[in-house]
Amino acid sequence: MRHEQIETNSGLMLLLILVVISIGGLVEIVPLFYINETVEQVEGVRPYTPLEQRGRDIYVREGCYLCHSQQIRPFRDEWQRYGHYSLAAESQYDHPFQWGSKRTGPDLARLGGKYSNQWHVQHLKAPRSVVPQSIMPNYPWLLETDLDYSDVAERMRALRATGVPYSVTQQEYDANVKKFGQAVADQLDINQARDSLLRQAREKDFDGIPGRITEMEALVAYLQVLGTMVDFTRYDEGFFTTFR
Amino acid sequence: MSDNTPNAQQKSGAVQTTGHAWDGDLQEYNNPLPRWWLWCFYGTVAFSVLYWFIYPSWPVGQTWLKGFHTVSYTTVDKAGQEQEREHRWNTRALLLGDLGDAARDPQRKAMLAKVEAASYDQIVKDPKMMEFVRSVGKGLFGDNCAACHGRGGQGVVGMYPNLTDDDWLWGGSMDKIHETLVQGRNGFMPAFGQVLKPDQLDDVAEYVLTLSNEAQPGEASERGKAIFHGQTGGCYYCHGADAKGVPSQGAANLTDKIWAIADVPTQKTLQDKKAVLKTFIASGVNNTRVMPAWKGRLKDDDIKLLAVYVHQLGGAK
Repeated sequence: MRHEQIETNSGLMLLLILVVISIGGLVEIVPLFYINETVEQVEGVRPYTPLEQRGRDIYVREGCYLCHSQQIRPFRDEWQRYGHYSLAAESQYDHPFQWGSKRTGPDLARLGGKYSNQWHVQHLKAPRSVVPQSIMPNYPWLLETDLDYSDVAERMRALRATGVPYSVTQQEYDANVKKFGQAVADQLDINQARDSLLRQAREKDFDGIPGRITEMEALVAYLQVLGTMVDFTRYDEGFFTTFR
Repeated sequence: MSDNTPNAQQKSGAVQTTGHAWDGDLQEYNNPLPRWWLWCFYGTVAFSVLYWFIYPSWPVGQTWLKGFHTVSYTTVDKAGQEQEREHRWNTRALLLGDLGDAARDPQRKAMLAKVEAASYDQIVKDPKMMEFVRSVGKGLFGDNCAACHGRGGQGVVGMYPNLTDDDWLWGGSMDKIHETLVQGRNGFMPAFGQVLKPDQLDDVAEYVLTLSNEAQPGEASERGKAIFHGQTGGCYYCHGADAKGVPSQGAANLTDKIWAIADVPTQKTLQDKKAVLKTFIASGVNNTRVMPAWKGRLKDDDIKLLAVYVHQLGGAK
Protein backbone atom coordinates (compact mmCIF):
# COMPACT_ATOMS: atom_id res chain seq x y z
CA MET A 1 0.00 0.00 0.00
CA ARG A 2 1.21 3.56 -0.86
CA HIS A 3 0.33 4.69 2.61
CA GLU A 4 2.97 2.48 4.05
CA GLN A 5 5.62 3.61 1.61
CA ILE A 6 5.13 7.21 2.60
CA GLU A 7 5.00 6.51 6.30
CA THR A 8 8.18 4.49 6.28
CA ASN A 9 10.12 6.93 4.11
CA SER A 10 10.64 10.11 6.12
CA GLY A 11 12.39 11.94 3.28
CA LEU A 12 9.45 11.39 0.95
CA MET A 13 6.98 12.32 3.70
CA LEU A 14 8.84 15.56 4.40
CA LEU A 15 8.75 16.47 0.73
CA LEU A 16 5.05 15.74 0.41
CA ILE A 17 4.25 17.73 3.58
CA LEU A 18 6.11 20.72 2.11
CA VAL A 19 4.16 20.42 -1.14
CA VAL A 20 0.79 20.29 0.61
CA ILE A 21 1.51 23.21 2.96
CA SER A 22 2.96 25.42 0.26
CA ILE A 23 -0.21 25.09 -1.82
CA GLY A 24 -2.06 27.00 0.89
CA GLY A 25 0.65 29.63 1.10
CA LEU A 26 1.00 30.04 -2.64
CA VAL A 27 -2.74 30.43 -3.19
CA GLU A 28 -2.94 33.12 -0.53
CA ILE A 29 0.27 35.02 -1.11
CA VAL A 30 1.22 34.84 -4.79
CA PRO A 31 -1.91 36.61 -6.13
CA LEU A 32 -1.04 39.63 -3.97
CA PHE A 33 1.96 40.24 -6.19
CA TYR A 34 -0.18 40.28 -9.31
CA ILE A 35 -3.48 41.85 -8.28
CA ASN A 36 -2.92 45.56 -8.78
CA GLU A 37 -6.49 46.85 -8.89
CA THR A 38 -7.04 47.00 -5.13
CA VAL A 39 -4.74 49.93 -4.36
CA GLU A 40 -6.81 53.05 -4.87
CA GLN A 41 -5.66 55.67 -7.36
CA VAL A 42 -5.63 58.70 -5.09
CA GLU A 43 -3.53 61.82 -4.98
CA GLY A 44 -1.74 63.25 -2.00
CA VAL A 45 -0.25 60.17 -0.33
CA ARG A 46 3.46 60.76 0.17
CA PRO A 47 6.21 59.16 2.25
CA TYR A 48 6.80 60.65 5.70
CA THR A 49 9.18 63.55 6.12
CA PRO A 50 12.37 62.81 8.11
CA LEU A 51 10.85 64.29 11.28
CA GLU A 52 7.57 62.40 10.86
CA GLN A 53 9.49 59.21 10.12
CA ARG A 54 11.50 59.57 13.32
CA GLY A 55 8.22 60.10 15.14
CA ARG A 56 6.90 56.95 13.58
CA ASP A 57 9.98 55.06 14.83
CA ILE A 58 9.21 56.31 18.34
CA TYR A 59 5.57 55.30 17.91
CA VAL A 60 6.74 51.78 17.13
CA ARG A 61 9.42 51.83 19.85
CA GLU A 62 6.90 52.75 22.54
CA GLY A 63 4.56 50.03 21.33
CA CYS A 64 1.63 52.35 20.62
CA TYR A 65 0.35 49.76 18.14
CA LEU A 66 -0.30 47.36 21.02
CA CYS A 67 -3.34 49.41 21.98
CA HIS A 68 -4.05 51.58 18.93
CA SER A 69 -4.85 50.41 15.41
CA GLN A 70 -4.59 52.60 12.34
CA GLN A 71 -7.27 51.02 10.24
CA ILE A 72 -10.79 52.36 10.06
CA ARG A 73 -13.17 49.69 8.81
CA PRO A 74 -15.97 50.42 6.37
CA PHE A 75 -18.72 50.22 9.01
CA ARG A 76 -21.20 52.93 9.88
CA ASP A 77 -20.18 53.22 13.54
CA GLU A 78 -16.51 53.60 12.62
CA TRP A 79 -17.35 56.04 9.85
CA GLN A 80 -19.22 58.22 12.28
CA ARG A 81 -16.65 58.10 15.02
CA TYR A 82 -13.37 58.22 13.12
CA GLY A 83 -14.16 59.42 9.62
CA HIS A 84 -13.57 57.92 6.20
CA TYR A 85 -12.48 54.28 6.19
CA SER A 86 -8.79 53.68 5.60
CA LEU A 87 -7.55 53.06 2.09
CA ALA A 88 -4.88 50.60 1.05
CA ALA A 89 -3.16 53.50 -0.72
CA GLU A 90 -2.79 55.38 2.54
CA SER A 91 -0.40 52.84 4.00
CA GLN A 92 1.57 52.19 0.83
CA TYR A 93 4.71 53.77 2.32
CA ASP A 94 4.27 52.24 5.79
CA HIS A 95 6.93 49.70 6.74
CA PRO A 96 5.64 48.01 8.78
CA PHE A 97 1.99 49.03 8.44
CA GLN A 98 0.10 49.87 11.62
CA TRP A 99 -3.21 48.16 10.90
CA GLY A 100 -4.52 45.92 13.58
CA SER A 101 -7.51 44.54 15.36
CA LYS A 102 -6.43 45.25 18.94
CA ARG A 103 -8.08 48.41 20.14
CA THR A 104 -7.60 49.13 23.80
CA GLY A 105 -7.46 52.80 22.82
CA PRO A 106 -9.20 54.42 19.88
CA ASP A 107 -8.14 54.03 16.28
CA LEU A 108 -5.61 56.65 15.22
CA ALA A 109 -5.82 56.45 11.43
CA ARG A 110 -7.40 59.92 11.12
CA LEU A 111 -5.97 61.57 14.20
CA GLY A 112 -4.08 64.27 12.30
CA GLY A 113 -5.49 67.77 12.81
CA LYS A 114 -8.17 66.60 15.20
CA TYR A 115 -6.50 68.05 18.28
CA SER A 116 -3.96 70.81 18.84
CA ASN A 117 -0.24 70.15 19.25
CA GLN A 118 -0.50 71.33 22.83
CA TRP A 119 -3.18 68.75 23.55
CA HIS A 120 -0.98 65.96 22.21
CA VAL A 121 1.98 67.07 24.29
CA GLN A 122 -0.12 67.30 27.44
CA HIS A 123 -1.96 64.08 26.72
CA LEU A 124 1.21 62.07 26.07
CA LYS A 125 2.84 63.46 29.17
CA ALA A 126 -0.13 62.85 31.45
CA PRO A 127 -3.21 61.43 29.70
CA ARG A 128 -5.47 61.71 32.72
CA SER A 129 -4.90 65.43 33.05
CA VAL A 130 -7.06 65.91 29.95
CA VAL A 131 -9.08 62.69 29.77
CA PRO A 132 -9.81 61.62 33.36
CA GLN A 133 -11.16 58.18 32.42
CA SER A 134 -8.16 57.28 30.24
CA ILE A 135 -6.07 54.18 31.04
CA MET A 136 -3.18 55.16 28.78
CA PRO A 137 0.27 55.14 30.43
CA ASN A 138 2.22 58.39 30.92
CA TYR A 139 5.08 59.05 28.51
CA PRO A 140 6.86 61.92 30.28
CA TRP A 141 10.31 61.03 28.95
CA LEU A 142 9.30 61.99 25.41
CA LEU A 143 9.43 65.64 26.44
CA GLU A 144 12.65 65.22 28.42
CA THR A 145 14.65 63.28 25.85
CA ASP A 146 16.27 65.07 22.94
CA LEU A 147 15.57 63.48 19.60
CA ASP A 148 18.45 61.49 18.20
CA TYR A 149 18.44 62.36 14.52
CA SER A 150 22.06 61.50 13.79
CA ASP A 151 21.07 58.40 11.84
CA VAL A 152 17.97 59.75 10.11
CA ALA A 153 19.56 59.47 6.65
CA GLU A 154 20.47 55.83 7.27
CA ARG A 155 16.93 55.09 8.42
CA MET A 156 15.59 56.63 5.21
CA ARG A 157 18.07 54.62 3.17
CA ALA A 158 16.79 51.43 4.78
CA LEU A 159 13.22 52.35 3.89
CA ARG A 160 14.33 53.23 0.38
CA ALA A 161 15.57 49.66 0.04
CA THR A 162 12.00 48.47 0.72
CA GLY A 163 10.64 50.68 -2.05
CA VAL A 164 9.81 54.00 -0.35
CA PRO A 165 10.77 56.72 -2.86
CA TYR A 166 13.26 58.65 -0.76
CA SER A 167 15.72 60.10 -3.25
CA VAL A 168 19.50 59.81 -3.42
CA THR A 169 20.29 60.60 -7.05
CA GLN A 170 19.30 63.69 -8.99
CA GLN A 171 17.14 61.52 -11.21
CA GLU A 172 15.16 60.18 -8.26
CA TYR A 173 14.83 63.69 -6.88
CA ASP A 174 13.46 64.96 -10.20
CA ALA A 175 10.97 62.11 -10.28
CA ASN A 176 9.80 63.11 -6.78
CA VAL A 177 9.45 66.75 -7.82
CA LYS A 178 7.23 65.62 -10.65
CA LYS A 179 5.18 63.32 -8.45
CA PHE A 180 4.93 65.23 -5.16
CA GLY A 181 6.00 68.79 -5.96
CA GLN A 182 9.17 70.66 -5.07
CA ALA A 183 8.49 71.25 -1.36
CA VAL A 184 7.73 67.61 -0.62
CA ALA A 185 10.54 66.35 -2.84
CA ASP A 186 13.02 68.38 -0.79
CA GLN A 187 11.75 66.68 2.36
CA LEU A 188 12.14 63.26 0.75
CA ASP A 189 15.73 63.88 -0.32
CA ILE A 190 18.07 61.78 1.80
CA ASN A 191 20.96 64.19 1.14
CA GLN A 192 19.03 66.96 2.87
CA ALA A 193 17.51 64.73 5.56
CA ARG A 194 19.05 66.43 8.58
CA ASP A 195 18.39 69.92 7.31
CA SER A 196 14.77 69.28 6.46
CA LEU A 197 14.20 67.59 9.82
CA LEU A 198 15.61 70.63 11.60
CA ARG A 199 13.66 73.02 9.38
CA GLN A 200 10.32 71.32 9.97
CA ALA A 201 10.93 71.15 13.71
CA ARG A 202 11.88 74.81 13.84
CA GLU A 203 8.96 76.02 11.73
CA LYS A 204 6.20 74.01 13.37
CA ASP A 205 7.56 73.56 16.91
CA PHE A 206 5.26 70.62 17.65
CA ASP A 207 6.45 70.14 21.24
CA GLY A 208 5.99 73.79 22.21
CA ILE A 209 9.61 74.16 23.34
CA PRO A 210 11.31 76.57 20.94
CA GLY A 211 14.96 75.81 20.37
CA ARG A 212 14.76 72.18 21.46
CA ILE A 213 13.94 69.11 19.43
CA THR A 214 12.59 66.45 21.71
CA GLU A 215 11.23 63.00 20.92
CA MET A 216 7.82 64.55 21.54
CA GLU A 217 8.47 66.90 18.62
CA ALA A 218 8.85 63.98 16.22
CA LEU A 219 5.99 61.92 17.62
CA VAL A 220 3.49 64.80 17.51
CA ALA A 221 4.63 65.66 13.97
CA TYR A 222 3.81 62.07 13.03
CA LEU A 223 0.47 61.99 14.84
CA GLN A 224 -0.59 65.26 13.21
CA VAL A 225 -0.10 63.91 9.69
CA LEU A 226 -2.01 60.66 10.21
CA GLY A 227 -4.86 60.31 7.74
CA THR A 228 -4.58 63.86 6.42
CA MET A 229 -2.89 63.20 3.10
CA VAL A 230 -5.93 62.30 1.01
CA ASP A 231 -8.48 65.05 0.35
CA PHE A 232 -11.70 63.05 0.33
CA THR A 233 -13.81 65.97 -0.85
CA ARG A 234 -12.21 65.53 -4.26
CA TYR A 235 -13.69 62.09 -4.79
CA ASP A 236 -17.20 60.93 -5.43
CA GLU A 237 -18.81 58.80 -2.74
CA GLY A 238 -18.90 55.72 -4.94
CA PHE A 239 -15.35 56.04 -6.24
CA PHE A 240 -13.64 53.84 -3.68
CA THR A 241 -16.09 50.95 -4.01
CA THR A 242 -14.76 50.29 -7.51
CA PHE A 243 -11.47 49.06 -6.07
CA ARG A 244 -13.10 46.15 -4.28
CA MET B 1 -20.72 -5.28 24.73
CA SER B 2 -18.26 -7.72 26.21
CA ASP B 3 -16.89 -8.19 22.72
CA ASN B 4 -15.98 -4.52 22.48
CA THR B 5 -12.33 -4.96 23.42
CA PRO B 6 -9.91 -4.12 20.60
CA ASN B 7 -8.58 -7.59 20.29
CA ALA B 8 -11.96 -9.17 19.97
CA GLN B 9 -13.11 -6.63 17.38
CA GLN B 10 -9.93 -7.02 15.46
CA LYS B 11 -10.14 -10.75 15.39
CA SER B 12 -13.72 -10.70 14.25
CA GLY B 13 -12.81 -8.26 11.44
CA ALA B 14 -15.44 -5.75 12.59
CA VAL B 15 -13.00 -2.83 12.47
CA GLN B 16 -10.60 -2.27 9.61
CA THR B 17 -6.97 -1.49 10.22
CA THR B 18 -4.74 0.68 8.05
CA GLY B 19 -3.13 -2.53 6.90
CA HIS B 20 0.41 -2.31 8.08
CA ALA B 21 2.05 -3.51 11.27
CA TRP B 22 4.87 -1.90 13.21
CA ASP B 23 7.15 -3.72 15.54
CA GLY B 24 5.53 -6.95 14.50
CA ASP B 25 2.03 -6.44 15.92
CA LEU B 26 1.40 -2.69 16.35
CA GLN B 27 -1.53 -1.76 14.10
CA GLU B 28 -3.67 1.32 13.50
CA TYR B 29 -7.47 1.28 13.27
CA ASN B 30 -9.14 2.79 10.28
CA ASN B 31 -12.49 3.78 11.80
CA PRO B 32 -14.90 5.34 9.32
CA LEU B 33 -16.20 8.78 10.29
CA PRO B 34 -19.81 9.00 11.43
CA ARG B 35 -22.19 9.37 8.50
CA TRP B 36 -23.76 12.59 9.79
CA TRP B 37 -20.35 14.21 10.13
CA LEU B 38 -19.31 13.17 6.67
CA TRP B 39 -22.45 14.59 5.08
CA CYS B 40 -22.00 17.87 6.92
CA PHE B 41 -18.49 18.01 5.55
CA TYR B 42 -19.69 17.38 1.99
CA GLY B 43 -22.31 20.05 2.59
CA THR B 44 -19.68 22.68 3.46
CA VAL B 45 -17.74 21.78 0.33
CA ALA B 46 -20.86 22.27 -1.79
CA PHE B 47 -21.57 25.55 0.01
CA SER B 48 -18.10 26.85 -0.70
CA VAL B 49 -18.59 26.27 -4.42
CA LEU B 50 -21.83 28.24 -4.26
CA TYR B 51 -20.01 30.92 -2.29
CA TRP B 52 -17.37 31.34 -5.00
CA PHE B 53 -20.08 32.40 -7.41
CA ILE B 54 -21.91 34.75 -5.07
CA TYR B 55 -19.08 36.57 -3.30
CA PRO B 56 -15.59 37.70 -4.37
CA SER B 57 -13.31 34.67 -4.24
CA TRP B 58 -10.52 33.24 -6.38
CA PRO B 59 -7.65 35.30 -7.70
CA VAL B 60 -7.30 35.11 -11.47
CA GLY B 61 -4.22 36.71 -13.00
CA GLN B 62 -4.25 40.41 -12.16
CA THR B 63 -7.81 40.40 -10.94
CA TRP B 64 -10.20 38.11 -9.10
CA LEU B 65 -13.64 36.54 -9.39
CA LYS B 66 -15.98 39.28 -8.26
CA GLY B 67 -19.13 37.25 -7.64
CA PHE B 68 -22.68 37.79 -8.85
CA HIS B 69 -24.08 39.33 -5.68
CA THR B 70 -24.74 43.06 -5.93
CA VAL B 71 -25.52 45.89 -3.54
CA SER B 72 -27.62 48.85 -4.55
CA TYR B 73 -27.14 52.17 -2.90
CA THR B 74 -27.90 55.82 -3.43
CA THR B 75 -25.16 58.39 -3.74
CA VAL B 76 -25.41 62.13 -3.84
CA ASP B 77 -23.13 63.61 -6.49
CA LYS B 78 -21.46 66.99 -6.26
CA ALA B 79 -24.49 68.74 -7.78
CA GLY B 80 -26.66 67.32 -5.00
CA GLN B 81 -28.48 64.90 -7.29
CA GLU B 82 -29.41 61.54 -5.84
CA GLN B 83 -28.24 58.67 -7.95
CA GLU B 84 -29.35 55.07 -7.65
CA ARG B 85 -26.33 52.87 -8.19
CA GLU B 86 -25.62 49.19 -8.15
CA HIS B 87 -22.28 47.68 -7.39
CA ARG B 88 -20.94 44.18 -6.96
CA TRP B 89 -20.92 43.06 -3.37
CA ASN B 90 -18.18 44.45 -1.13
CA THR B 91 -18.02 45.99 2.31
CA ARG B 92 -17.52 49.51 0.97
CA ALA B 93 -20.68 49.32 -1.12
CA LEU B 94 -22.49 47.85 1.90
CA LEU B 95 -21.37 50.82 3.97
CA LEU B 96 -22.68 53.28 1.39
CA GLY B 97 -25.99 51.45 1.44
CA ASP B 98 -26.03 51.56 5.22
CA LEU B 99 -25.16 55.26 5.36
CA GLY B 100 -27.80 55.97 2.73
CA ASP B 101 -30.45 54.10 4.70
CA ALA B 102 -29.54 56.00 7.83
CA ALA B 103 -29.66 59.34 6.03
CA ARG B 104 -33.00 58.46 4.47
CA ASP B 105 -34.55 57.36 7.74
CA PRO B 106 -37.75 59.42 7.53
CA GLN B 107 -37.69 60.67 11.11
CA ARG B 108 -34.04 61.59 11.12
CA LYS B 109 -34.19 63.13 7.67
CA ALA B 110 -37.20 65.25 8.55
CA MET B 111 -35.64 66.39 11.79
CA LEU B 112 -32.31 67.21 10.18
CA ALA B 113 -33.99 69.19 7.42
CA LYS B 114 -35.99 71.05 10.03
CA VAL B 115 -32.91 71.92 12.09
CA GLU B 116 -30.98 72.90 8.99
CA ALA B 117 -33.70 75.27 7.83
CA ALA B 118 -34.43 76.73 11.25
CA SER B 119 -32.72 79.75 12.73
CA TYR B 120 -30.96 79.35 16.05
CA ASP B 121 -33.81 81.07 17.87
CA GLN B 122 -36.36 78.72 16.37
CA ILE B 123 -34.31 75.66 17.35
CA VAL B 124 -33.95 76.77 20.96
CA LYS B 125 -37.68 77.43 21.27
CA ASP B 126 -38.71 74.07 19.85
CA PRO B 127 -38.45 71.28 22.47
CA LYS B 128 -38.58 68.54 19.82
CA MET B 129 -35.66 70.01 17.91
CA MET B 130 -33.69 70.54 21.10
CA GLU B 131 -34.23 66.93 22.07
CA PHE B 132 -32.80 65.93 18.70
CA VAL B 133 -29.86 68.31 19.11
CA ARG B 134 -29.09 66.94 22.56
CA SER B 135 -29.16 63.30 21.52
CA VAL B 136 -27.11 63.73 18.33
CA GLY B 137 -24.92 66.45 19.80
CA LYS B 138 -23.92 64.30 22.74
CA GLY B 139 -22.39 61.70 20.46
CA LEU B 140 -20.66 64.27 18.29
CA PHE B 141 -19.32 66.10 21.31
CA GLY B 142 -18.07 62.88 22.88
CA ASP B 143 -16.26 61.78 19.72
CA ASN B 144 -14.73 65.10 18.78
CA CYS B 145 -14.71 67.68 21.55
CA ALA B 146 -14.56 65.78 24.83
CA ALA B 147 -10.85 64.96 24.54
CA CYS B 148 -10.05 68.59 25.31
CA HIS B 149 -13.17 70.12 26.78
CA GLY B 150 -14.16 67.13 28.88
CA ARG B 151 -17.21 64.92 28.55
CA GLY B 152 -19.46 67.47 30.16
CA GLY B 153 -17.78 70.46 28.55
CA GLN B 154 -16.14 71.45 31.84
CA GLY B 155 -12.73 72.02 30.22
CA VAL B 156 -9.37 71.98 31.95
CA VAL B 157 -8.29 75.11 33.79
CA GLY B 158 -5.20 76.57 32.18
CA MET B 159 -5.61 74.60 29.00
CA TYR B 160 -9.10 74.24 27.57
CA PRO B 161 -11.99 76.61 28.19
CA ASN B 162 -14.96 75.56 30.24
CA LEU B 163 -18.00 75.55 27.94
CA THR B 164 -20.59 75.35 30.68
CA ASP B 165 -20.13 78.83 32.13
CA ASP B 166 -21.12 82.10 30.50
CA ASP B 167 -17.58 83.33 29.96
CA TRP B 168 -16.53 83.12 26.33
CA LEU B 169 -13.15 84.06 24.90
CA TRP B 170 -14.36 84.22 21.32
CA GLY B 171 -18.01 85.07 21.90
CA GLY B 172 -20.82 82.88 23.16
CA SER B 173 -23.58 83.54 20.67
CA MET B 174 -24.47 80.59 18.49
CA ASP B 175 -23.12 82.40 15.45
CA LYS B 176 -19.79 82.92 17.18
CA ILE B 177 -19.64 79.34 18.45
CA HIS B 178 -20.39 78.19 14.93
CA GLU B 179 -17.61 80.39 13.59
CA THR B 180 -15.20 78.99 16.18
CA LEU B 181 -16.08 75.44 15.16
CA VAL B 182 -15.80 76.11 11.44
CA GLN B 183 -12.51 78.01 11.28
CA GLY B 184 -10.85 77.09 14.56
CA ARG B 185 -9.11 79.59 16.83
CA ASN B 186 -5.55 80.44 17.65
CA GLY B 187 -5.23 82.38 20.88
CA PHE B 188 -2.44 84.93 20.99
CA MET B 189 -1.04 87.28 23.57
CA PRO B 190 2.31 89.03 23.10
CA ALA B 191 5.07 88.35 25.59
CA PHE B 192 5.82 91.28 27.90
CA GLY B 193 8.87 89.77 29.55
CA GLN B 194 11.21 91.97 27.49
CA VAL B 195 8.98 95.06 27.44
CA LEU B 196 8.24 95.37 31.14
CA LYS B 197 10.68 95.37 34.00
CA PRO B 198 10.18 92.78 36.75
CA ASP B 199 8.59 95.27 39.17
CA GLN B 200 6.35 96.54 36.39
CA LEU B 201 5.22 92.97 35.72
CA ASP B 202 4.49 92.69 39.41
CA ASP B 203 2.42 95.88 39.37
CA VAL B 204 0.38 94.82 36.35
CA ALA B 205 -0.31 91.42 37.92
CA GLU B 206 -1.42 93.13 41.11
CA TYR B 207 -3.74 95.47 39.19
CA VAL B 208 -5.27 92.60 37.20
CA LEU B 209 -5.99 90.79 40.46
CA THR B 210 -7.81 93.82 41.86
CA LEU B 211 -10.18 93.70 38.89
CA SER B 212 -11.70 90.49 40.20
CA ASN B 213 -11.31 91.42 43.87
CA GLU B 214 -8.46 88.98 44.38
CA ALA B 215 -6.33 91.84 45.65
CA GLN B 216 -7.01 95.15 47.34
CA PRO B 217 -6.25 98.31 45.36
CA GLY B 218 -3.12 100.03 46.54
CA GLU B 219 -0.08 101.89 45.30
CA ALA B 220 1.25 98.97 43.33
CA SER B 221 -2.05 98.35 41.58
CA GLU B 222 -2.32 102.05 40.71
CA ARG B 223 1.07 101.83 39.00
CA GLY B 224 -0.09 98.67 37.26
CA LYS B 225 -3.27 100.40 36.16
CA ALA B 226 -1.23 103.11 34.48
CA ILE B 227 0.78 100.49 32.58
CA PHE B 228 -2.34 98.51 31.66
CA HIS B 229 -4.18 101.53 30.28
CA GLY B 230 -1.15 103.40 28.99
CA GLN B 231 1.31 103.09 26.16
CA THR B 232 3.83 101.08 28.18
CA GLY B 233 1.71 97.95 28.42
CA GLY B 234 -1.21 98.72 26.15
CA CYS B 235 -3.10 95.78 27.60
CA TYR B 236 -6.38 97.60 26.93
CA TYR B 237 -5.92 97.18 23.17
CA CYS B 238 -7.13 93.62 23.48
CA HIS B 239 -8.62 93.30 26.93
CA GLY B 240 -10.63 96.51 26.52
CA ALA B 241 -10.73 99.75 28.46
CA ASP B 242 -13.11 98.09 30.92
CA ALA B 243 -10.89 94.97 30.99
CA LYS B 244 -13.93 92.88 30.15
CA GLY B 245 -12.24 91.31 27.16
CA VAL B 246 -12.73 91.71 23.43
CA PRO B 247 -14.20 88.57 21.86
CA SER B 248 -13.02 89.45 18.36
CA GLN B 249 -9.44 89.18 19.69
CA GLY B 250 -10.13 86.17 21.87
CA ALA B 251 -9.02 88.33 24.79
CA ALA B 252 -10.19 87.19 28.18
CA ASN B 253 -12.50 89.07 30.51
CA LEU B 254 -10.29 89.92 33.49
CA THR B 255 -13.02 91.30 35.74
CA ASP B 256 -14.73 88.02 36.57
CA LYS B 257 -13.54 85.16 38.73
CA ILE B 258 -13.27 82.80 35.79
CA TRP B 259 -9.70 82.11 34.74
CA ALA B 260 -9.24 80.36 31.44
CA ILE B 261 -5.46 80.40 31.16
CA ALA B 262 -3.73 81.23 34.43
CA ASP B 263 -4.78 78.88 37.19
CA VAL B 264 -5.38 81.62 39.76
CA PRO B 265 -8.24 80.10 41.79
CA THR B 266 -6.23 77.18 43.17
CA GLN B 267 -3.37 79.41 44.37
CA LYS B 268 -3.63 80.16 48.06
CA THR B 269 -1.60 83.31 48.67
CA LEU B 270 -1.58 86.58 46.81
CA GLN B 271 2.09 86.04 45.97
CA ASP B 272 1.34 82.71 44.30
CA LYS B 273 -1.55 84.21 42.37
CA LYS B 274 0.65 86.99 41.16
CA ALA B 275 3.42 84.57 40.28
CA VAL B 276 1.22 82.41 38.09
CA LEU B 277 -0.23 85.48 36.40
CA LYS B 278 3.21 86.95 35.81
CA THR B 279 4.44 83.90 33.94
CA PHE B 280 1.68 84.40 31.39
CA ILE B 281 2.21 88.15 31.11
CA ALA B 282 5.94 87.63 30.69
CA SER B 283 5.88 84.79 28.15
CA GLY B 284 2.54 85.52 26.46
CA VAL B 285 0.47 82.98 24.62
CA ASN B 286 1.68 81.80 21.27
CA ASN B 287 0.52 78.70 19.42
CA THR B 288 -0.38 77.01 22.66
CA ARG B 289 -4.09 77.82 22.71
CA VAL B 290 -5.25 76.29 19.48
CA MET B 291 -8.75 75.19 18.65
CA PRO B 292 -8.67 73.02 15.49
CA ALA B 293 -10.90 73.92 12.54
CA TRP B 294 -13.67 71.38 12.02
CA LYS B 295 -14.88 72.34 8.57
CA GLY B 296 -14.12 69.47 6.24
CA ARG B 297 -13.68 67.03 9.11
CA LEU B 298 -17.31 67.30 10.19
CA LYS B 299 -20.32 67.76 7.94
CA ASP B 300 -21.87 71.23 7.85
CA ASP B 301 -25.11 70.12 9.49
CA ASP B 302 -23.14 68.31 12.22
CA ILE B 303 -21.30 71.57 12.95
CA LYS B 304 -24.60 73.38 13.26
CA LEU B 305 -25.91 70.74 15.65
CA LEU B 306 -22.73 70.99 17.69
CA ALA B 307 -22.95 74.78 17.85
CA VAL B 308 -26.45 74.52 19.33
CA TYR B 309 -25.37 71.70 21.63
CA VAL B 310 -22.40 73.65 22.99
CA HIS B 311 -24.57 76.73 23.32
CA GLN B 312 -27.10 74.92 25.50
CA LEU B 313 -24.45 73.24 27.70
CA GLY B 314 -25.24 75.82 30.30
CA GLY B 315 -23.41 78.98 29.48
CA ALA B 316 -25.73 80.11 26.72
CA LYS B 317 -25.47 83.78 25.87
